[in-house]
Amino acid sequence: MSDLATAFRDALDLLLSLDPELAAIVALSLQVSLGAVAVAALVGMPLGAVVAVGRFPGRMAVVVLMNALMGLPPVVVGLVVYLLLSRAGPLGAFGLLYTPTAMVIAQAVLVTPIIAALTRQTVEDLWGEYEEQLRVLGVSRLEMVATLLWDARPSLLTGLLAGFGRAVAEVGAVIIVGGNINHVTRVMTTTIALETSKGNLSLALGLGIILVAITVTVSALVMAMRGREGRAVHG
Amino acid sequence: MADAGVVDPRLDDAGLVAGGVAPLCCSGVGLARGGRVLLDDVTLELARRPGVTVILGPNGAGKSLLLRVVAGLVEPDRGRVRWGPRPPDRSRATRIGFVFQKPVMLRRSVLANVTYALRAAGVPRHEREARARSLLAAGDLGHLERVSARVLSGGEQQRVALVRALATKPEALLLDEPTASLDPRSTQAIEALVRATRAAGVGVVLVTHDLGQARRLADEVVFIHRGRVLEQAPAACFFDAPSTAAAREFLDGGLVL
Ligand SMILES: Nc1ncnc2c1ncn2[C@@H]1O[C@H](COP(=O)(O)OP(=O)(O)OP(=O)(O)O)[C@@H](O)[C@H]1O
Ligand SMILES: [Mg+2]
Repeated sequence: MSDLATAFRDALDLLLSLDPELAAIVALSLQVSLGAVAVAALVGMPLGAVVAVGRFPGRMAVVVLMNALMGLPPVVVGLVVYLLLSRAGPLGAFGLLYTPTAMVIAQAVLVTPIIAALTRQTVEDLWGEYEEQLRVLGVSRLEMVATLLWDARPSLLTGLLAGFGRAVAEVGAVIIVGGNINHVTRVMTTTIALETSKGNLSLALGLGIILVAITVTVSALVMAMRGREGRAVHG
Repeated sequence: MADAGVVDPRLDDAGLVAGGVAPLCCSGVGLARGGRVLLDDVTLELARRPGVTVILGPNGAGKSLLLRVVAGLVEPDRGRVRWGPRPPDRSRATRIGFVFQKPVMLRRSVLANVTYALRAAGVPRHEREARARSLLAAGDLGHLERVSARVLSGGEQQRVALVRALATKPEALLLDEPTASLDPRSTQAIEALVRATRAAGVGVVLVTHDLGQARRLADEVVFIHRGRVLEQAPAACFFDAPSTAAAREFLDGGLVL
């Protein structure tokens, strides 16, 4: 019991003194997860919008697949990305394994289906409302997609936040492709896992507090934005 | 607001006056959905000259559907729709102004709703805002231009939808019950805009349940019942002496079965 109390006090000390090691880990975490969300948004949003608006054979299968991939287990994503990036793998020549880039890739794979599926749902709903009006205005297909993405942006932002929440909290994928190398690829979740098993509870707890604070903030933002949408306030 | 038959100068400024009017024709148009015949062998010439064609008929007669077929939004099962020599395909669709029974407001400001239509119609960027402003002023909506279009009242939305449809300088204007939820003053404003539009050389097709409005605006009446065109006649003839029993009943406010 007193162990735990000591660890907790040490954790607070680390936080309040802005411990450089802790700060570096938090910074890398944010960098990797934000990078992953950016990549996932660039791929997932247009993909979701095209599937929402497009009429092509196999569309239903794509929709089902996108929704199913939302629940992809992080360790499996880590394993697959590891196999692709490992020296013997098809992308091994780039030497990306155990770098922050590899972690960005793995988390992007994890987050892209979330953003694509949420975008598809949002854009499809809006499309049902807008379609005839946009067609009558003579808007081209590409412009329609751009219009739908733009007008759906409050809901899309919610999707981005949800994706970020998932990326920053996952451990399975980054630990496999990043390797948890000190000062290079250690992020909050992997450090917590490692330090806990080593018995260094204060650093683990300090990071845990920050991680919880981040995820709570993210879901609070999501709820705040849902509320705003509900009140139909649009710019 | 413009007087009857006189082009509102603000509409003129906004460049509303369109060129020649291409006729909208349907021949033998038929449409069925779920085993129900919704349009049956509809042959019509609409908007063949500057003038107002009013479509009358009971609920569910197929009026809204016919407008959507005419605008090229719904592909008929049989028959064909022609816009001049061509089908009303998307590249020409900007020349058809359409106000839907339930107006669709983009999630933007009122002004942005209108500039969006101007952009779609190929108006250069630097002209859009000024033109949108003068159109909104003509529609008595100038004070609302910064407001989010989605929070407007139903009647205000219908007026924005009309102004937006006019912004594309249509050669034909299709209006589906544009005054269904408007107060008397807004109804007058819309009717004035319709008159001004006709005076500017645009063919207007108007669906309405307001018989007073039909009498005030119609040059010609098309009466639809159960997906069939029962009558097409000059307004005076139709209102004085409808030739079918169904139309007589409809005008008398009786039950049309
Ligand atoms: N996509 C569709 N699928 C099935 N039925 C449809 C479809 N669109 C319209 N209908 C049916 O066609 C009929 C005519 O509809 P429409 O909206 O044209 O009526 P309307 O004459 O405009 O009536 P109102 O005066 O109430 O507006 C209705 O019975 C409607 O249920
Ligand atoms: Mg209708």
